[in-house]
Amino acid sequence: MTALLTIIVLVFILVAIWQMVKIFDLAQAKADCDQVATDKDNKINAYLMMGFLAFIYIITIVSIVKWGDLPLLSNSASAHGPTIDNLMAISLVIIFFVQTVTQFLLHYFAFKYKGEKGKKALFFADNNKLEAIWTIIPVIVLAGLIIYGLNTWVNIMGVDESDDPMVVELYAQQFNWTARYGGQDNTLGKSNVRLIDIDRANVLGIDEADPNAQDDIIVKELHLPVGKPVLFKMRSQDVLHSAYMPHFRAQMNCVPGMITQFGFTPTVTSEEMRQNPDMVEKVANINRIRVEKSEALVAKGEDALDRYEFDYLLICNKICGKSHYNMQMKIVVETQEEFDAWIKEQKEFKNSLN
Amino acid sequence: MSAHADTHAHDDHGHHHKETFMTKYIFSMDHKMIAKQYLITGTIMGVIGILMSMMFRMQIAWPEEPNVLFEALLGKWAPEGVMDADIYLALVTIHGTIMVFFVLTAGLSGTFSNLLIPLQIGARDMASGFLNMVSYWLFFLSSIIMVISLFVEAGPAAAGWTIYPPLSALPMAQGGSGMGMTLWLVAMAIFIASSLLGSLNYVVTVLNLRTKGMTMTRLPLTIWAFFITAVIGIVSFPVLLSAALLLIMDRSFGTSFFLSDIFIQGEVLHYHGGSPVLFEHLFWFLGHPEVYIVILPAMGLVSEIMASNSRKPIFGYRAMIASILAIAFLSTIVWGHHMFVSGMNPFLGSVFTFTTLLIAIPSAVKAFNWITTIWKGNLQMNPAMLFSIGFVSTFITGGLTGIILGDSALDINVHDTYFVVAHFHLVMGISALYGMFAGIYHWYPKMFGRMLNKNLGYIHFWITAVCAYGVFFPMHFIGMAGLPRRYYTNSNFPLFDDLADVNVIITVFALVGGVVQIIYLYNFFISIFYGKKATQNPWKSTTLEWTTPVEHIHGNWPGEIPHVYRWAYDYSKPGHDVDFVPQNVPLKEGEEELQH
Ligand code: HEM
Ligand SMILES: [Cu+2]
Ligand SMILES: [Cu+2]
Repeated sequence: MTALLTIIVLVFILVAIWQMVKIFDLAQAKADCDQVATDKDNKINAYLMMGFLAFIYIITIVSIVKWGDLPLLSNSASAHGPTIDNLMAISLVIIFFVQTVTQFLLHYFAFKYKGEKGKKALFFADNNKLEAIWTIIPVIVLAGLIIYGLNTWVNIMGVDESDDPMVVELYAQQFNWTARYGGQDNTLGKSNVRLIDIDRANVLGIDEADPNAQDDIIVKELHLPVGKPVLFKMRSQDVLHSAYMPHFRAQMNCVPGMITQFGFTPTVTSEEMRQNPDMVEKVANINRIRVEKSEALVAKGEDALDRYEFDYLLICNKICGKSHYNMQMKIVVETQEEFDAWIKEQKEFKNSLN
Repeated sequence: MSAHADTHAHDDHGHHHKETFMTKYIFSMDHKMIAKQYLITGTIMGVIGILMSMMFRMQIAWPEEPNVLFEALLGKWAPEGVMDADIYLALVTIHGTIMVFFVLTAGLSGTFSNLLIPLQIGARDMASGFLNMVSYWLFFLSSIIMVISLFVEAGPAAAGWTIYPPLSALPMAQGGSGMGMTLWLVAMAIFIASSLLGSLNYVVTVLNLRTKGMTMTRLPLTIWAFFITAVIGIVSFPVLLSAALLLIMDRSFGTSFFLSDIFIQGEVLHYHGGSPVLFEHLFWFLGHPEVYIVILPAMGLVSEIMASNSRKPIFGYRAMIASILAIAFLSTIVWGHHMFVSGMNPFLGSVFTFTTLLIAIPSAVKAFNWITTIWKGNLQMNPAMLFSIGFVSTFITGGLTGIILGDSALDINVHDTYFVVAHFHLVMGISALYGMFAGIYHWYPKMFGRMLNKNLGYIHFWITAVCAYGVFFPMHFIGMAGLPRRYYTNSNFPLFDDLADVNVIITVFALVGGVVQIIYLYNFFISIFYGKKATQNPWKSTTLEWTTPVEHIHGNWPGEIPHVYRWAYDYSKPGHDVDFVPQNVPLKEGEEELQH
């Protein structure tokens, strides 16, 4: 299948090249076989420049129309999410505008001022006013973006202890995640990988003597109550990993030998997100694709794919070895009552040891 | 060996040294031959790098499907034609390393600094021909070691081109971190030595060997770019070298510079007190300037080619120099934008956001100046010109998304996704590659005395241009959808199932784009022997290299070195009949130098 496609592509390219050589050949006066561009070359390539400008615009529009809804540009699920999304939207609009204008100027000039014998270019070496203009305009635009961006950044990264966040540890190892809650006292017990004792099932290296550790709760699925600030403390036992929670606009590396942190407040429960019309459409689309794929699989005698249901995910986003591509943990955002009920079911650390 | 250059400077150039095959083609100390050696070695490495990217793109588009190509090329790494997950990472790693260092640093700077510095400043050769030769052979050795590392039993280095420890330090964390990583580090250490020798030579040559009248403000922008690039290299490469050496110590001698508190495969390692974040700082202290080491020479080449083919002076010569200087300075204080979510103090993140967005200003100035340069020109659409225009186009497209990545708040959600891959390929990978192609098409007659076929050049450009956008433009969107890079397959995430078709489209463009480079290779190698003979100054340029004879001679000029009377951009100057006045033509009576 792949090989066939590759061959088809190759053949297609060869034909295209052959045709283009012909076109260029025909376009050239035969007498002039010098390898320097002639007026004819200038003209053909000038038109191709306009064609290319059209191509850039088309690929931009097609990408936005076809894939523009794929980004998580709307529907963030954390309190700070909308500020990032807003800044992102503003930046994208500015970029889109500048891109459209500058690409136009570049390609249009390339078209308009195509060389002709006997024509003379304008001797225009310098103009301080122009230079000042295109130094100052970027300065102003960038100053705006910097101020807005830094404000947002400081708000996100600053941890406000006064709103009493729930402390959760995210523990990374090749190639899975573990989460630990502080328990009743909302305080994580001390830990170090040197204390890991596999035989006693102390897999996170928690200090068994630390009173704060006794009620810690260790789980393989991350649950968060909606509307409650969470402060994540990241740890890794082996190599770098990165705790990436795209729906919450959250990411922080997990560094062995060091504790890093990131805090946010989830604002939309998993259930609510599944009801979100955008998400309903996205999931339906994904399931359509999966059904198609399943048919092909079943025809080959393999198992069909499961139906997809939306879940928040924590995924690893720093290269960490062979199975980096499959290092994930499910995140469930739920109401406080549901959360309380769930956490009551979980074993405390002191009871989880062998 | 500076005596060597000196003797030449004293007019004894008529009679050549007796040259054997060995001294002429292999252990040559002539800058023109060394430039060609760099170019051809770089080209071979480039072919390897592109082949790798085509393979891993196929894996992403058709994950875990058997592929005859994999079976043929990867052997035991693709049992029954299915690519192994480890080798995927190795391919990505070596692809990145080869492209950034071997193709776009050594291949680009090495070729054109060597070729053009002596020719354009009016010197008989580099300050030290011997060091220059050593520099090339160290580069060659380092290439060989890098290629050999592909055949290591446990696999080549696979920790990403950024080789962050602990992954790169611990063989038990990843197969490629054993012998493969050792060879990678050795190859890079040799590479850095080569690069430093080269850079020192370039700096000394530019400062000392300019011909009479060639003041710093009459230098072509190419020379300014190579000069500043060399300075950046001298400042930043040693830091990577020390990072590599410290990493070697951690790996082999049990020190703990970058490692601490590690539990892996059931045992606690002895490392204590080191920090991987320190490595990140050291790596990016080179790593960011490195992208300017890659792009500045391309900018220089493009400036020169655009002026010459527009038959117009480069617009804002002094602003161009000022922006090169500003970029060079700022490039050493922005490295932290690669580390916003590394766990470093968020206050530092603010500082780096600020400096990073500052660097957008000189970059914007350059882009506007290029656009103004072609305004009201008389554009000669030679292949070199097309690649130069293409350069400005991709540089703008790629540069603009830097505004997002440099903004720490926004980087949180796109860091290490395909958005980044799209950004850096356009702004540095493709742009610098275009700059390199532009340079090759333009100076091929100077290098080989023959012309490249222009029609093949046009076809090469247009297909490459379409494919480059086809590959990298859609990548922004899958990145914004949250797709992480360096994933062997995305099939474990139903969430990303709707990105599968985008990935297929990208791969088809990548395959086409990769395969059409054959046209270029064909043109390049055939024209060496069968190309049309070049005239002395085929593009009617003003710079000194076009005053040398087509046949290469030791010492460059048969007679005296020309003196310089004007800047390099007297194109279409009023008061002259021809539309270019070479730098060695004295000012007419009453003519103003008119240089701003
Ligand atoms: C044929 C053209 C090319 C294609 C299709 C291509 C494709 C890719 C892709 C898809 C990745 C990301 C893989 C991943 O993160 O999983 C990648 C990585 C990379 N590429 Fe390219 N690339 C091309 C040319 C270049 C060039 C010219 C450069 C020069 C700067 C370059 C430098 C890099 C670097 C530095 C990386 C990062 C490697 C890493 O993650 O360690 N590539 N390439
Ligand atoms: Cu990972
Ligand atoms: Cu950088």
